[in-house]
Amino acid sequence: MDNIIQDPKEPISRRARRRRLTNSAATCFAYGALITALSFLMWIVLSVIQKGFAGLTLDTLLQMTPPPGSQGGLANAIFGSLYMTFGAMLFATPVGILAGVYLTQHTNQVLRTASVLRFLNDMLLSAPSIVLGLYVYEVYVVNVKHFSAFAGMMALALIALPIMTRTTEDMLRLVPFTLQEAAYGLGATRWEVFSKILLRISKTGLITGVLLAVARISGETAPLLFTALNNQFWSTKLGAPMANLPTVIFQFAMSPYADWQQLAWAGAALIMLWVLALNIIARSLSSSSGPSY
Amino acid sequence: MEHITLSIKNLDFHYGKLHVLKDISLNIPHKQVTAFIGYSGSGKSTLLRTFNRIYELSGNPRIAGEILLDGQDILSKKYPVDTLRQKVGMVFQRPTPFPMSIFENVAFGLRLHHAMEPSDLEERVMWALNQAALWDEVKDKLHNSGLGLSIGQQQRLCIARTIAMKPEVILLDEPTASLDPLGTRKIETLVEELCKDYTIVIVTHNMKQAQRISHHTAFMQNGHLVEHAPTDTFFNAPTHEETKQYLIYST
Repeated sequence: MDNIIQDPKEPISRRARRRRLTNSAATCFAYGALITALSFLMWIVLSVIQKGFAGLTLDTLLQMTPPPGSQGGLANAIFGSLYMTFGAMLFATPVGILAGVYLTQHTNQVLRTASVLRFLNDMLLSAPSIVLGLYVYEVYVVNVKHFSAFAGMMALALIALPIMTRTTEDMLRLVPFTLQEAAYGLGATRWEVFSKILLRISKTGLITGVLLAVARISGETAPLLFTALNNQFWSTKLGAPMANLPTVIFQFAMSPYADWQQLAWAGAALIMLWVLALNIIARSLSSSSGPSY
Repeated sequence: MEHITLSIKNLDFHYGKLHVLKDISLNIPHKQVTAFIGYSGSGKSTLLRTFNRIYELSGNPRIAGEILLDGQDILSKKYPVDTLRQKVGMVFQRPTPFPMSIFENVAFGLRLHHAMEPSDLEERVMWALNQAALWDEVKDKLHNSGLGLSIGQQQRLCIARTIAMKPEVILLDEPTASLDPLGTRKIETLVEELCKDYTIVIVTHNMKQAQRISHHTAFMQNGHLVEHAPTDTFFNAPTHEETKQYLIYST
């Protein structure tokens, strides 16, 4: 037992050689995987930029979606996407935040309501978005007998809701419990602890959560296909079908017309820029302050 | 007869299946310092946490027995918990300043319960910081964040926050555990000063500290209150074998 550490002058043992070899192989493999993943990503980004920005002009932002063969833009679709996203977040943000608060504040009860709810929320979180769209179609669209912006908002809200709930729970868990205890110790009620302590500390995190949820629902197509459908014209009516970027991209890209295909690429580039911007803002927000206590 | 602030009678406490406090009875005298000592897990912190019912926040607690504050049972569902916590303030092991200014930290509890005129509020905050021996150190930066203070100052800020409510009782749960000797000294001096106006209950692992600042000392082991006596008697002539053992181990 006196000489376990190998003398550097001795030739290395077979075991040591095998360990080093395994290590090098694993490292190479990891790098290879990284390069594969990144090169596909770069390929996607570059082709969208190349094809999308070629056709991106001021008219793209200001004109309505055209019939085949004539000039036009994506104004009604851009508006529709922003409008429905906004409407969806208007519902999902407060409900999601309060649900997240419930999950953090009721963890130790005898009835395991919080764990059951958390499990259901996680299921909703990973549910395919087309299922949520189908649900809204069955429950709402079929009954009112027409597609509408409102139905689109409902579908998007159902996608954003579990994201908001989850982010809120994660953010609130970062707040040290002792801080809440101290506030309760001064006679604060649950609501006061939430509004004056928890919300104050985790507001940047919650804003980040909102931005990421917006990014997530901005590109959703499937649930909009059978809720908001599409609209060739400018519409601000909640009860009428509404144009939106993902569905327009879907319809135009599948068409045989070159000018429609060009607009589809432009729309794709716009969505990508939007999501990129949201992610950059969210990232800089969360790195600049984190939970600020 | 001695004036009693808190009177604990046959207190039993469970967290789920864990029997934490076993048939505890004792009196906490008015405007004096009572220290609880004992091994980790002996139940001394839990006992402290029953005095303002903060235990209700976690676990699956069950409690039986009585705790009388000025003759009223604070464990009764009819006793409003926010009133209780105004009367019985608590300072924790680690300083817990809120992420707001020094002024707002002290004003936090006051704003919850009282609609005070700004001038009254200011006066009360000043008074509380003075009582907590922090005023001179922070008077020029009242509107800076409380998080910018040293750990020792943060702990005195938490004491000021508690004092501002003008409580009857102040509970201190190992208040110097995270402080350096100088910070500890300042808190101890402060406690000696504060017990002229408040009833103080302190949990500590530091035997010397209990000896220095308390009038009464209670020793707990495995959820039982083993011995409770005036501090001098407690340390010089303990009557129970377990107490003697503990005193030997800890010095």
